[in-house]
Amino acid sequence: MSAAFETLSELAEKLASREVSSVELVGAALARAQATQRTLHAFAGLRPARALAEAAQADTRRRRGEPRSPFDGVPVAIKDNMVQTGEPTTCASRILEGFVSPYTATAVTRLEHAGAVVIGRTNMDEFAMGSSTEHSSSGPTRNPWRLACTPGGSSGGSAAAVAAGIVPAALGSDTGGSIRQPASFCGVVGLKPTYGRVSRWGLVAFASSLDQIGVFTRNAHDAAGLLELISGHDPFDSTSIPEPAPALRSALDGDVSGLVVGLPRECFVAEGLDPGVLTAVREAVAELERAGAKLREISLPHTRFAIATYYLIATAEASSNLARYDGVRYGRRARGARDLTEMYERTRSEGFGEEVKRRILLGTYVLSAGYYDAYYRKAQQVRTLLRGDFERAFAACDVIVTPTSPEVAFELGAKTSDPLAMYLSDIYTVSANLAGVPGLSIPCGLVKGLPVGLQLMGPALGEATLLRVADAFERRTPWHTRRPEPTP
Amino acid sequence: MAAELDQILEYAETLSAVDTTDIEPTAHAIPLPTPLREDRALPPLDPELAVANAPEREGFAFVVPKVIEGDQEG
Repeated sequence: MSAAFETLSELAEKLASREVSSVELVGAALARAQATQRTLHAFAGLRPARALAEAAQADTRRRRGEPRSPFDGVPVAIKDNMVQTGEPTTCASRILEGFVSPYTATAVTRLEHAGAVVIGRTNMDEFAMGSSTEHSSSGPTRNPWRLACTPGGSSGGSAAAVAAGIVPAALGSDTGGSIRQPASFCGVVGLKPTYGRVSRWGLVAFASSLDQIGVFTRNAHDAAGLLELISGHDPFDSTSIPEPAPALRSALDGDVSGLVVGLPRECFVAEGLDPGVLTAVREAVAELERAGAKLREISLPHTRFAIATYYLIATAEASSNLARYDGVRYGRRARGARDLTEMYERTRSEGFGEEVKRRILLGTYVLSAGYYDAYYRKAQQVRTLLRGDFERAFAACDVIVTPTSPEVAFELGAKTSDPLAMYLSDIYTVSANLAGVPGLSIPCGLVKGLPVGLQLMGPALGEATLLRVADAFERRTPWHTRRPEPTP
Repeated sequence: MAAELDQILEYAETLSAVDTTDIEPTAHAIPLPTPLREDRALPPLDPELAVANAPEREGFAFVVPKVIEGDQEG
């Protein structure tokens, strides 16, 4: 009974037929997580005793014929920036050392209510700031497809945990691509829903107008099922869209005939686009056409300004959000400070890593008097133009297709000394966050043995269409079933 | 770090090429009305839990280094 690499739905069926128990599944997931921790380092922390106790309760419910949901007893993982009562949350930062949460994030509560068992918290870039999971206070996560490479970021631990077959599904967060890019690098499905689709209550804030919780799974059907579970209105998040959780799995009928796929010309010529990635994406587009979709060239003319716009807005919001880490109410406090100012300064100097400091400094600068109009306000205006690009595009097509990332997974250390190069790797993903629209990355090929991701973007609340296209693609291609060699 | 910040800000200058005359800024991409709810008190976080993570506490208060100069205790 290994159950590695099985999908969420397959495990749910095996639990329903009593072929396996939740204790067996959760135990096996914990064992895989522990066995690969030295090589992959996918987790920031595991909760073996509590997870096994919850699994035993799930088994009891199954025996009584009272499962909480089809997912009762399945093992899952959450990113280390979502709080759970009685558990640590560190955001991969020294500044949150010792923090134990007094409450649970809404998305995690919804997992718990369905009976899903959280086996642990996945590693990430500190405060979700990064594209490689190298900026973590506990060290980097590695890519299961090639240990010399990064899994992408910032939700690299969640992507690696699903790709390595540790868990069938994990939650991540996506502010500028932090679900989709690691999903692309690790050969799994990664969905960033519409802004406001999933409550942000209990998600540690990075850039509040861009942050969104989403899912990592092995296929589109599981992504649909998990999103149905965690989405829907939450009165604790004032930006939560007042819509019920959508029915998504019923939309997956394999039919894309007549659907119009928009291909933004700006995204297929970009500098730095790996020719192998371009070939794989073009082949995937051709497959969609063979499935009956119509192709249409479109334009997102402000794409080349998206990275600058994103990094001005995200750093501005981050500098405001991260002001709460002051060593007073929770987390780490520097010892021996003589007065309050010194305590603040030393707490933050010791507690934040380099990338977080860099973004706080940038954000403070672009919000400062005299620079506000030139940087922050300017970026917000360009954001309006980017939104307009998407509105015009979706008047002419149903989904937009691009590469998820211009490249496949890069090696550890390749970009850590060049922050701007790291930022530019988000070129295809930041626009969806700026426009608030949903984005999905699915595996569509391998280049030199590493996975390539295909990105689908849709209009606000258009997740069902994205998942329908992804599912239709999966029915016709083998890429979502490809696995890395077992991690040593 | 200063050189890196300069490089990033220089890159951000590319936005000056965009004509944004009379363009409204976007603060949130999905405009929603401010949600209102009934003015009814909900149970607060248990005060013990609220201070449980404090690096230093006294009762239900957070202790910080002295803010005001002087000899008096406080």
